[in-house]
Amino acid sequence: MSAPSDKDWSKAVSGFRPAAGGGRDLQDDEPLLFEAEGAYFNGASSRCGVDLPAPPKVTDRLGGLRRQRKIGLPGLSEPQIVRHYTRLSQKNYSIDTGIYPLGSCTMKYNPRLNEKVARLPGFASLHPLQPLTTVQGALVLMDRLATWLKTITGMPAVALSPAAGAHGEICGMMCIRAALEARGDKRSRVLVPESAHGTNPATAAACGYAVDPIPANERGRVDLAALKGNLGPDVAAIMLTNPNTCGLFEDESLAIAEAVHGVGAFFYLDGANLNALLGRVQPGKLGIDCMHMNLHKTFSTPHGGGGPGSGPVALAASLAPYAPLPWVVHQDQGFALLEECAGDAAQSLGRIKAFHGQMGMFIRALAFLMSHGGDGLARLSGDAVLNANYLLASLKDVLTPSFAGGAMHEVLFDDRFLGETGVTTLDFAKALIDEGYHPMTMYFPLIVHGALLVEPTENESKESLDRFIAAMRDLAARAAKHDTEFFQSAPHRAPRRRLDEVGAARKPVLRWRPEAKSTAAE
Amino acid sequence: MSNIRYTKDHEWIRVDGNEATIGITDFAQGQLGDIVFVELPEIGRKVEKGKEAGVVESVKAASEVYAPASGEVTAVNTGLADDPAQVNSDAMGEGWFYKIKLADAKELGDLMDEAAYKAFTAEQDKH
Amino acid sequence: MRYLPLTEEDRRAMLGVIGAKSVDDLFGDIPASLRLKAPLDLPKGMGEIEIERELAALAAKNMAAGSVPSFLGAGAYRHHVPAAVDYLVQRGEFLTSYTPYQPEIAQGTLQVLFEFQTQVALITDMEVANASMYDGATAAAEAVMMANRVTRRQKALLAADLHPHYRAVIETYGRFNGFATRVPRDIEALAASIDNTISCVVVQNPGFFGDVRDYAALAEACHKAGALFVVAVAEVVSLGLIKPPGAMGADIVVAEGQSLGNALEYGGPYLGLFATREKFMRQMPGRLTGQTVDADGLRGFVLTLSAREQHIRREKATSNICTNSGLCALAFSIHLALLGELGFTRLAELNHAKAVQLAERLEKLPGIGLMTPSFFNEFTLRLPRPAAPIVDTLAARGILAGVPVSRLLPERTNDLLVTATELTTDADMEALEAALRGALT
Repeated sequence: MSAPSDKDWSKAVSGFRPAAGGGRDLQDDEPLLFEAEGAYFNGASSRCGVDLPAPPKVTDRLGGLRRQRKIGLPGLSEPQIVRHYTRLSQKNYSIDTGIYPLGSCTMKYNPRLNEKVARLPGFASLHPLQPLTTVQGALVLMDRLATWLKTITGMPAVALSPAAGAHGEICGMMCIRAALEARGDKRSRVLVPESAHGTNPATAAACGYAVDPIPANERGRVDLAALKGNLGPDVAAIMLTNPNTCGLFEDESLAIAEAVHGVGAFFYLDGANLNALLGRVQPGKLGIDCMHMNLHKTFSTPHGGGGPGSGPVALAASLAPYAPLPWVVHQDQGFALLEECAGDAAQSLGRIKAFHGQMGMFIRALAFLMSHGGDGLARLSGDAVLNANYLLASLKDVLTPSFAGGAMHEVLFDDRFLGETGVTTLDFAKALIDEGYHPMTMYFPLIVHGALLVEPTENESKESLDRFIAAMRDLAARAAKHDTEFFQSAPHRAPRRRLDEVGAARKPVLRWRPEAKSTAAE
Repeated sequence: MSNIRYTKDHEWIRVDGNEATIGITDFAQGQLGDIVFVELPEIGRKVEKGKEAGVVESVKAASEVYAPASGEVTAVNTGLADDPAQVNSDAMGEGWFYKIKLADAKELGDLMDEAAYKAFTAEQDKH
Repeated sequence: MRYLPLTEEDRRAMLGVIGAKSVDDLFGDIPASLRLKAPLDLPKGMGEIEIERELAALAAKNMAAGSVPSFLGAGAYRHHVPAAVDYLVQRGEFLTSYTPYQPEIAQGTLQVLFEFQTQVALITDMEVANASMYDGATAAAEAVMMANRVTRRQKALLAADLHPHYRAVIETYGRFNGFATRVPRDIEALAASIDNTISCVVVQNPGFFGDVRDYAALAEACHKAGALFVVAVAEVVSLGLIKPPGAMGADIVVAEGQSLGNALEYGGPYLGLFATREKFMRQMPGRLTGQTVDADGLRGFVLTLSAREQHIRREKATSNICTNSGLCALAFSIHLALLGELGFTRLAELNHAKAVQLAERLEKLPGIGLMTPSFFNEFTLRLPRPAAPIVDTLAARGILAGVPVSRLLPERTNDLLVTATELTTDADMEALEAALRGALT
């Protein structure tokens, strides 16, 4: 597929396209805020969507640094703004719209109870530096969530402050490196499976380690022999995902832990796939030293178009002393925050974030956990795994599962079923959009060709899965008939057809610019 | 074209006396897809054989470009900044990356000639 | 259970298709010794009624900064978020969508981010901005690492009045990423330390203690030495009134965006802003949204320059960041769209005017010294006695009097950071003035 040539894409071209998910009313294009009619009226005609009182007259104390030039922001009224964002939202597919089978992302239902309780003023209006006596309820909540997470993982300590999964990864790796430095042990390498999420090697490198990939065996698991062959006293850690990114349980985990610990290295677990293990396996029993969790995956906090997340890190006793600040601790007079590298927290590696962590996500995750309860976790993971296996059983004759046997909470297919049709995984996914679905994860993990990684989560009904299965089977049949042009030109019914990503990268336009120079004073 | 040699990382080097022109091969550009950006070394920089000299980016991949031989960079293909697609359309000619003043011609000894490289890529292709 | 749609009948039918006897059998790959035999020792599942009751009880144990006179700042600011913001942010298509990896059905998110990137570039007076980072502090650390990449140097100078948390985060990353940091005693010492071994200088404006300064000369000194000039902004509303970092010669601007669209939320989730010059575009960490066309020639938006990011570049990525702060960026963007040029500048004027009024009251109190001659909406008072106990006493009486600097810098025992915003009323100021006067006699 080649890029269109000589397109002047800086000119807005208005057109009619249906909303995401198909079957909705036709919609006009939505111009940029800056392009809205009347966005740049001057003087008495300029608009504002917020009524603010006139500032009291004072002698300013700006030290002569008052801004001289206009900023160049557009001005619109409140109804215009509300309409703008409402119409934009209608171009998005979302979990609320339909199944979002993104493997490795756990796109589960985002309960609205979470949103309600997070907005209680007694939580939402707390300043992070208020006196501790005035925020005891918040500290209790953080401690309670920590208890849930420690029990679920079977680990003795948890650091709450990382802001996302990748942040949790770097936090965990920093703890490991701090522990090694504390015992005067300088190591240089980290082992990462070839199937790992890209954040793993990026994190290891960010911590100053060289990354060595470990291959998978024909069962899709980490090749234990290759791993052992690669181990040495210069290895700081292995970063493993379990279940792995192929949706398979790493059943040699204990042997891996033994080998890794045998050379004095640490075992880091990427907990992105924890949804398969909730209430059934405590990762702490797998011999791990360190594990991050994704509250925005396993624990239902919303993805919000790309964040915010929250990535608490569970730590073994050997790593707990290095946990980043602050620590929530219980003292005689109530809960406190240890905010300095002193006392119990003397060996803490310091801060990786301002303030205390993603409190808004803690509240949501706790409400979610309280909803399911300790007694409900096994049914949650059971349904997640049941749904994935149902998809596997219903599609394995028309798609090509990459590995034999069952799956856990996600199932991996590859593009062998597309054979000589000329249809690629990408084409197949784009055609799925026209069926009204968000595609599954594509081209990840890298260890199979043209990967399609499907994760339905526990929140899909059987009816929803059956409709999805029917659409997938239809498409597979169509591909088998070599209807290549149909796939390569998909999608046809989304708010946009396939977009020129090559052009976007060759001539990056990362912002809107006014056509003419502003005539405002310098 | 007996004065072209190839590396296992799919760079080519064309020698002309003491100067050499370096680029990535047609096979490499095919693997990368539409090239969107090329990061070239600065003129005057001393590159080392086997070490990173630049980066070539497509939409789906970013690859280090390694120096096939050591030397001082004497020229870079500034045209690639405006039109990186030349790497796709003419990897062995207009899509060249940079030129160096060879430090040690003996370093070319372990590189592949055209026939060896053809065989090498034939092997790579059957994955 | 209300979130689980499968019925027992469904499960039986599905197991039949799979050919398994029970759901437990699907976990057969896991060694029996590793599988739990009983539910974990945790509270049983509850409905909404009980959960709301329990969490409301916990919330009631807190003193909401919005419910009492409140003067807290130091990197997180209490502002009014217009009602429309929260309703729009909770639209399911925004709340429950994901990273826009399939741009054809994510044009809502992508256009929002493109507008957001534009807004950030405009208010900082820079050329390009990314689609957000975790917070101002981590954005600052990423800025230093970017400066290290660009200059190929491994040492950064940090201003003494950089927010202590920002400094701490940069130092942590420095320790593990392998770069050095130095914190010269003051601006003069900072300027004198600039040489061709340093990758960047990081300052904050307004500074942690509230000071507003013109850093153009310092920027020039950096550039002469081939270093980058990084400016951090903790209170983004200040950009509505004071000279922006781009106009001072900044190469990278990082900021905490919480003030617009986002509640205080006890410290998170917040919103990191990151802006730079076009020539450094490809060295930027984080996601970037770019404009393009689709197969019909219609304008659309995509994530672009992804080859720098972790999912492609892996260990050579510009950063390991994946998930960022999308929903907070949306809230920021909506709030700033509602404000527009007129509203944003007026909001900033209001903040400054209130702070001046407050300073005029408090600097007259006996024994108190105002340490910050020029400020935006936050200033430092030096009290004749340690500030933390006074703040605690006032808190017990229902006034959140500001942040004792010793909470972040233990040696500054008598200093108090006081902030006013558009939400500060005359009654609030009256109450603080009276309370402080009482506490100091």
